[in-house]
Amino acid sequence: MNIEQLDFYTQAILSMAALVGLTSFLMLGQGRLLRLIFVFAMQGFLLTLTTALAAYSLNNHHLYISAVLTLALKVILIPWMLRREVLKMNMHRDIEALNNKTAVMMGGASLMVFSYYVLHPVVQSSSVVMLNALAVSLSVMLLGMLLMISHRQAIAHVVGFMSIENGLFFAAIVATNGMPMVVELGVAFDVLVAAVLFGIFFLHIRTSIDSLDVDLLNKLHEVDK
Amino acid sequence: MIAAYLVLLIPLVGILYFALAGHREDTGKINVRFNGICLLATIWLAINVLNQGTIISSGRAFLIDPFNVYLIVLTAFVGFTTSIFSSPYMEHEKEIGKLSDNRLKLYHSMFQGFMLAMYLVLTTNNMGIMWVAMEGATLATVLLVSLYRTPESIEAAWKYFILCGVGIAQALFGTILLYYAAVQIGDGENALLWSVLYENADKLNPEILEIAFVFLLIGYGTKIGLVPLHNWLPDAHSEGPTPMSAVLSGLLLNDALYAVVRNKMLVDGATDSNMAGYLMMGFGMLSFLVAAILLHRQKDIKRLFSYSSIEHMGLMTFSFGIGGPLATFAALLHMTVHSLTKSAIFVTVGHAAQLAGTQRIDQIRGLIKTQPKIGWGLLIGTIAIAGFPPFGVFTSEFLVLLATMHSYPWLTLPLLLGIGIAFAGLFRHIQPMVYGDRPEGQNPITANLWPVTIHLALVLWLGLAIPGFLAHWFSQATLLISGSTPL
Repeated sequence: MNIEQLDFYTQAILSMAALVGLTSFLMLGQGRLLRLIFVFAMQGFLLTLTTALAAYSLNNHHLYISAVLTLALKVILIPWMLRREVLKMNMHRDIEALNNKTAVMMGGASLMVFSYYVLHPVVQSSSVVMLNALAVSLSVMLLGMLLMISHRQAIAHVVGFMSIENGLFFAAIVATNGMPMVVELGVAFDVLVAAVLFGIFFLHIRTSIDSLDVDLLNKLHEVDK
Repeated sequence: MIAAYLVLLIPLVGILYFALAGHREDTGKINVRFNGICLLATIWLAINVLNQGTIISSGRAFLIDPFNVYLIVLTAFVGFTTSIFSSPYMEHEKEIGKLSDNRLKLYHSMFQGFMLAMYLVLTTNNMGIMWVAMEGATLATVLLVSLYRTPESIEAAWKYFILCGVGIAQALFGTILLYYAAVQIGDGENALLWSVLYENADKLNPEILEIAFVFLLIGYGTKIGLVPLHNWLPDAHSEGPTPMSAVLSGLLLNDALYAVVRNKMLVDGATDSNMAGYLMMGFGMLSFLVAAILLHRQKDIKRLFSYSSIEHMGLMTFSFGIGGPLATFAALLHMTVHSLTKSAIFVTVGHAAQLAGTQRIDQIRGLIKTQPKIGWGLLIGTIAIAGFPPFGVFTSEFLVLLATMHSYPWLTLPLLLGIGIAFAGLFRHIQPMVYGDRPEGQNPITANLWPVTIHLALVLWLGLAIPGFLAHWFSQATLLISGSTPL
């Protein structure tokens, strides 16, 4: 099937999927925290656009509420909170030296291929667009995890965590046109509480180890040393 | 149905009350009252279910059937007895200067928040809400793990937050895939209702459901503490306040397993293969064996018993994975007795740690000589959890062994081996702690061991004879999960 033969909505969703995937890769290789947060906000904005587009094309009004929630949480509140934290800790000039940048990027690429492989059985039951959308969401989730593994700053971990949420949200919007309203509100509430808790944690970690480098959190071991 | 709403409403009022009301001296006792009233409401609910069978609320938002009703009562019961223990315990922590009034307020408010999340996981009929409540339970307890604000507790809480948050995100992806499979057969807004999904399970796309189950198992499995996703569990248990360890081990792990089993029922309905069962058996067995071995190398008493929790959760997951009526019955019974025994042990461990002033195993000595109640409580609790007759854990483990012998005879060997290793691991640590001479300057403390006595008496009762109504629920639930009854 040629991409020109698809309707406008499907084409738009496909481009959005590509862009959301791209932002995940941009975050993965990013050593500067402020830029990382900016790219994260961009990803949130792309999600908002996707949601609004879906709401408009499918004439599904409750998706507008989801779009507004995403805009408020993922584009404004959380990036603002993280940015303030970075400036307060005076970390905006630091560049985090990532070990094995090449290996991490190659790992990210293989995770994307892996996502397509895992979700391949789904393609028999639905369109190619669904496969793309679901595979991109899954790889955004996996790339978020890789981001958390490869970065040492607590801020980067929060960005990774929230970007995993973004991947989930994208899957919910594109594959199923949004979850039932009550579930979406519940998830948004959880994300909000999580964001507040992260703020509290930054304070605790800072007073405890005087840094936000989570590699310094290494007192507890599985077995005695 | 009013009873079910009450069960959810009481902890909600509790959260607000503790968060907003000014400081009072007796917050611990008020917490006991909240949990006590809630226990009464759950008993009322249980009587309703006993008389009428499965109840579905008018908007189909809540579903109470024999599988979750006993877990609801168990949740309320363990919550109630733990709050009885927590009241003097937290008072003592405040006296020795580990906690301030504000933290105590946070603690009680979040205790109720955790209870609310647990009740919501159990009562809801909506798989999406189940996820939301499960995540809510993490959010409510994460600040309690770091309640003491020591560097270790903050590290533990951060690990708990990140690992469980990322883990449970996988479960949401699984739920989205489930929903995706469900909307294909229609019924938009109601498509995530468990009752609807269960009725139409055979029409759901098996390929999608298999993929979904992998994500659901990993997601909720993180909360069950399945190896290799268990790292958060010993840390959170050892660094948080002890009443929290008791409810985490006794309730949270059970409820996460409950969520997995609910999803497994759907997957089993949709596919012919036993793929979900094999996955659960594999992860369960791995957790069981790894935790049994790790028991030997612990130096912190609370970490010791949290590995024991992982071991038992592994055994239950394995047993649900086998899937026959006998194995399912055994797993249901094991959920009950483990949760009663483990919370009793954590209560005694809390007292023992306060008595010795430390959680390090090599510094806790001569418990029986210092305060016989605590020493004997710990010893009997450990005997019960290690699976000695006549306690209930023996009965359920024996049934698991029987079921294994029946379906997969060669797996009996690693099971027996694991039980042996775990037994040795527990007793090599417990024996010097309870016996031996009393160290200099170790004095008895005020301890309320009623919760322990009641829990262990119940476990003993369940080991000798299971009361009729409970056996009825267990076999109803077994019928629901495995398709036939064991009796």
